[in-house]
Amino acid sequence: MDAVTGAVRRVAGPLVEIELDGGHTAAMSEQVLLGAARVPGEVVAIRGGVLTVQAYEYTGGLAPGDPVIPQHRPLSALLGAALLGGVFDGLLRPLAGAGDWLGGSGGAPDATPDERTWQFTPEADPGDPAPAGTRLGTLAVCTAVEHRVLVPPGLHENRPDPDGYGAPAQPRLDWIAPPGQYGQHAVVARVGGEPVALSERWPIRRPRPFRRRLDSVTPLHTGQRALDLLFPIAKGGSAAVPGGFGTGKTVLLQQIAKWCDADVIIYLGCGERGNEMAQVVDEISRLRDPRGGGRLAERTVVVANTSDMPMMARESSIYVGACVAEYYRDMGYDAVVIADSTSRWAEALREFASRSGALPAEEGFPADLASALAAFYERAGTVQTLGSGRGSVTVLGAVSPPGGDMAEPVTVHTERFVRARWTLDRDLAYARHYPAVSWAASFSRDAAALAHAAGFGPLRERLVLILARADRLADLVDLVGISALPAEERMAVLAGRLVREGVLQQSALSETDGYSPDRKTAALAEAVLAVIDRCFAVARAAGPVPVESVDFGPLLRAREQAGPQDVAVVEQCRDTVLAALDALAGGEAPR
Amino acid sequence: MNTQADTDTNTPANTDTNTPAAAAVGTAVGTAPGTNWPYLEYTGVDSLRGPLMVVSGVRGVGFDEYVRIRGQDGELRYGVVAEVQEDLAVVQVLEGTGGLDPAGTRVAFSGTPLRIPVGLGWLGRMCDGRGTPVDGGPPVMGSRTAPVAGRPINPTRREPPSEPVLTGVSVIDALTTFVRGQKLPIFSVPGLPHLELATQIAGQAAAGSQPFCVVFAGMDLTHADAAFVRGALEERAAVGELILLINTSDAPVLERIMTPRIALTIAEELAFVHGRHVLVILADMTSYAEALREISAAREEIPARRAYPGYLYSDLAGIYERCGRIRGLPGSVTVLPVLTMPGGDITHPVPDLTGYITEGQIVLSAETAARGIYPPIDPLSSLSRLMRNGAGPGRTSAEHLPLAAQLLASLARARQVRDLADLIGADSLSRTDRGYLDFEDAFYKLLVDQRRTENRSLADTLDRCARVAFTLPRSELTMLPDRMLPAGLPSGKEQERK
Repeated sequence: MDAVTGAVRRVAGPLVEIELDGGHTAAMSEQVLLGAARVPGEVVAIRGGVLTVQAYEYTGGLAPGDPVIPQHRPLSALLGAALLGGVFDGLLRPLAGAGDWLGGSGGAPDATPDERTWQFTPEADPGDPAPAGTRLGTLAVCTAVEHRVLVPPGLHENRPDPDGYGAPAQPRLDWIAPPGQYGQHAVVARVGGEPVALSERWPIRRPRPFRRRLDSVTPLHTGQRALDLLFPIAKGGSAAVPGGFGTGKTVLLQQIAKWCDADVIIYLGCGERGNEMAQVVDEISRLRDPRGGGRLAERTVVVANTSDMPMMARESSIYVGACVAEYYRDMGYDAVVIADSTSRWAEALREFASRSGALPAEEGFPADLASALAAFYERAGTVQTLGSGRGSVTVLGAVSPPGGDMAEPVTVHTERFVRARWTLDRDLAYARHYPAVSWAASFSRDAAALAHAAGFGPLRERLVLILARADRLADLVDLVGISALPAEERMAVLAGRLVREGVLQQSALSETDGYSPDRKTAALAEAVLAVIDRCFAVARAAGPVPVESVDFGPLLRAREQAGPQDVAVVEQCRDTVLAALDALAGGEAPR
Repeated sequence: MNTQADTDTNTPANTDTNTPAAAAVGTAVGTAPGTNWPYLEYTGVDSLRGPLMVVSGVRGVGFDEYVRIRGQDGELRYGVVAEVQEDLAVVQVLEGTGGLDPAGTRVAFSGTPLRIPVGLGWLGRMCDGRGTPVDGGPPVMGSRTAPVAGRPINPTRREPPSEPVLTGVSVIDALTTFVRGQKLPIFSVPGLPHLELATQIAGQAAAGSQPFCVVFAGMDLTHADAAFVRGALEERAAVGELILLINTSDAPVLERIMTPRIALTIAEELAFVHGRHVLVILADMTSYAEALREISAAREEIPARRAYPGYLYSDLAGIYERCGRIRGLPGSVTVLPVLTMPGGDITHPVPDLTGYITEGQIVLSAETAARGIYPPIDPLSSLSRLMRNGAGPGRTSAEHLPLAAQLLASLARARQVRDLADLIGADSLSRTDRGYLDFEDAFYKLLVDQRRTENRSLADTLDRCARVAFTLPRSELTMLPDRMLPAGLPSGKEQERK
C-alpha cells in the first residue's frame, strides 16, 4: 500500500496534479499521499494520464517530481469506539495526540496511536445468520449510550460471487471473541470468512446503507422555546440557521448541542473561530449530562476544523460529520449533526473550483453547489436500519450570509433542501432579544404535525396570530403613536410584547432558563395567553383603563424565576398579574 | 502554458563569482533573513506580466518557496512561488516586474517558504514592511528561524482567553475590554483618528505586572502617518517593549502581504517561547485586502464579492487566528486589526468577513467625532465578545461588569430620549428623560473623552464609570446591586411624568 508509483507534476495551492508510473492507475475519489511529508489528498479529476488531486494540508515546499503514494481506497474515516468524547480534525484524525501546532513535521494528527481498550460483551453465537447490521455484542464506552458492535455493511461486497447468481447465501457467524478488553483495531468476530474489527473504514462521501426511510413525526426537543413552539423540527429532519455575524448563531447551536434530546451529538466546527472551539470543547467536557450521570462529552463527537486549519479539510469535514452520525444511526440511535458553518464549507468548494478552472456560477461558486448541499442535507432522515432497528440523523447547518444578504447562493440553495429555516434577525439581536429567531422570516414545513405531536398545536396557532398582528400594528404605532390607537389594537400591541418577552426570549447564560422542557414551555405560553385574554377582557369591559400601566414584571420574570420543572412558579406569577388586572377592572373579574 | 523547456539556454547559471556567499541565518533582514541562498541562479525567465514572472527549466522548486531575483542591473528583488508545473515556476514578485529584462534577470530559489529569524533581538527595532531595520541599527539576528506562513494552532491545545489587556483608554477598558488571546478589530471610516487611537493603544497597553510588548504592523501608511507613528512610539521602542514594522504607501504593494505575517511570526516567538503577552496591531487591513485582490487579479483567479478573491475569508482567518493562548505555554498573542470601511459600509467584504472571524468589534463613529470627542467610539455598536472572560472580580473589579451593563443600557435609553427630544423638544420631556440627556453628556465628557496622550488607570476609569452612572437616580439603576449604590443618591421615585 505504501509503494511510490507516481510523481507530482503541478502544484497551485491545494490543487496538485500528479502522473502515475506506467501500468499504475488510481480511481476517482481515491486517496493519495503527496511528497515526503505525505500530505493526504483525494483524486478529483482524471484527464489522460494526469490526475488532479485536492490536497488536505498545506502544500508549501511540494515540488514537481516529488513522490506520490496512491492508497487504492477512497477517502474514508475510521469509525469505532474511539469516537465518543473525542475531538477530531476534518479527516476524522484525533487531535488529542497532536502537538500545539498542526502541519509540518511531527504534527500529523494521527501520529500517536490510540491505546485505549474497552470491555466487549458478545451477544451472538457462532452459526447464527449474520447479515450486515446484525448485532454481535456491546462495548462499554460510556454510561449514557451503549456502543453496539454490528456486522458492518459492505463486508462481503468485494468478494467474488462464486456462482455468479448475484444472491450469495446468507453469511453466518463463524467465530466470536470471548468477553474481554479489546483495542479499537482488535478483531472480535469472523462472519462468512471475513474478520470483523471493532472499528471500520467507511468512504465519507458514500451514505451508509439502510433498509428504508421512515416517516417521522417525533419532535426533536431542542429546549429552546422559540424553536420548539414555533418552528419545531422532527428527528431525522434538517434545518438551516442563517444569520449575519453577531446574531448569535453559534450560541444557539451550542445550546441545542447541550440540551437537545438526541442520543449522540456530532458538533462540527467548520472554518470557525479557534477560541470559540476551545470554549465549546471546554464547556461540553464540564457539563453534566442531563440524562445519566456522566458528562455530556461522553456522547458527543467534536470535529474541529477551525478557520486557520487547511481549507480543503473543511470540504471533507461536512461529510465526515454525516458519516459519524450515520454510524450511530445504524446502531439504532438518534444522532444530530450540527455544522457551523456551511458557508465556510461552500467557500472551500469555490476555492477549489476556481483553482481547477471550473466555470463559475453565481458569485464564483461552482454550478454544482446546489447538488453538493443536497448531498449533505439529504443524509438526514429516520430509517429502518439494516439490523431492522430504528435510527435517525438530524442535520442542522449554520449559514453565514456575507453582508447579511439572505439572497446569496448558499442561503438560497440551502433553503430548498431543509425542512426548517431558523432565520436570525440582526435587529432582534441588537435589541438583545435572544435567541434572535425571527418569527416572520423563519419556517418549519412540519410545524403543524410536530406541534400537534408535542401537544403545542392550539398554543402555536394562537402565538403565531398574536405575533403577526403585533407586527402589522408596529408600523402604525411608529406613525401615529400608541396612544392614538383604539383599546383593542393597543391590547394587540401589548400581547405581542408579552409573547416576545415572556415566552420567546431565553437567555443562554441563565442557570434556570438555558433549557426549557416541554412542560415549562407550555406553562409559560399558557400563562402569557391567559394574561393576554384577561387584558382584552378588561379593556373591553372596563372602558378606557390604562391596562399597560399594570406591572407585568412578574409574568415577564417567570421564565427566569422558574427552574426547568417549576410549573407552579409560572402559575403563581400568572396569578399575580391576573389579580392586578382584576383590581384595575374594579375588583371584579370580567369574563 | 508552454511546458517545453529549452535546456540549452535554461541551465542554471553558476554565479559563484559575482554572488556574495550565501547569507548566514540572521544577516540582512529584509533580504530574506534566515534564508541560505543557493549558488545556483536560473536565467530562463519566460514571461513577465504585472507582478508575475514565469521561469522555465527549473528543477525541484516547491510551491510557496521564497525567491530572490537579480535584475540585469544587479538590483535585488524578492518573490514567492505561486505555482509550479513540471519545469515552470510562476513567481509573484514583491516589488513588481517593472524594469526587469528577461535577458539579464537571474533567479534563485531558497528551497523553503520564507523564514525569518525570531527572538528577543526584535525588541525595540523599527523596520520597514519586510522587517529590514530603518533605525540605522544592524540587521536583526536570531538564534532560530520560523516560517512566516505560520501553522494552525491545534484547537484542543488552545486555552480559552482570560485576563485583560488594559489600554489606558477609558471607554475601551470599561465597555469593550480586551482579553489576552482575543482578536478585536477597530472598524473606522477614512478621516477618523483610528491610527491615532491604535498608536495610543500601542503606546499605553499593558498586562498588569506581566511582561508585555507590542508589535505594530503598519500597512499602506503615508510618510506623514509613518513619521507620526514612529515619533509617538519612540519612547516605548527605546525601552524595548515595541517592534515597529511599517509598509509605507509607496512601498511595493505586495510587501503588504508579508507585513502582518512577519509581525505575527515575531509575536508568536516572543509570546510562546519568551513568555510575553504580545499585542499585535495591524493597521490597515483594508489596504492588505486590496493588495491581495491585486495579486488575485494578476493571477486571473475567479473573483468573488467585489472582485476580492474567494479565499479572502480563509486568508484573513490565517492572520487573525494566530492570536490565542496555548495550554502549558506562557504568554499570549492578542490581535488588534484596524480597518477602514470603504464608504462606511459595514457589509463591505473586508469588515464583514473580519466580523465573522473576530471576537467582537470596536466601531468609530463620524457623528461622535464631529462633536469633538476623542476617541470617537460608538459604545452601542461596539462589542467585546470575550469581555466576560477578561473582566470581573479577580481580573478587573467586581463592580466592572454590572457598571458596564448599566452604562450601556442607560446609553441605549438616552439615545432614544435624544431622538424624541429632537422631535418634540427637550422641554416636553419628563424629568427622568431629561436626566438621561444629562447622563449622556456626562458619559461622553467624563468617561469617553480623553487626551491622546492620557493613560488612565483602571481605578480612574471605573471611578469615572460610577460617577457617570450616579448622575441617574436610584430607580433607573436597575442593573447595579444595592451595595454599589451610594447612600445619598436620589431615589428618583418622586419624579412625575409631564
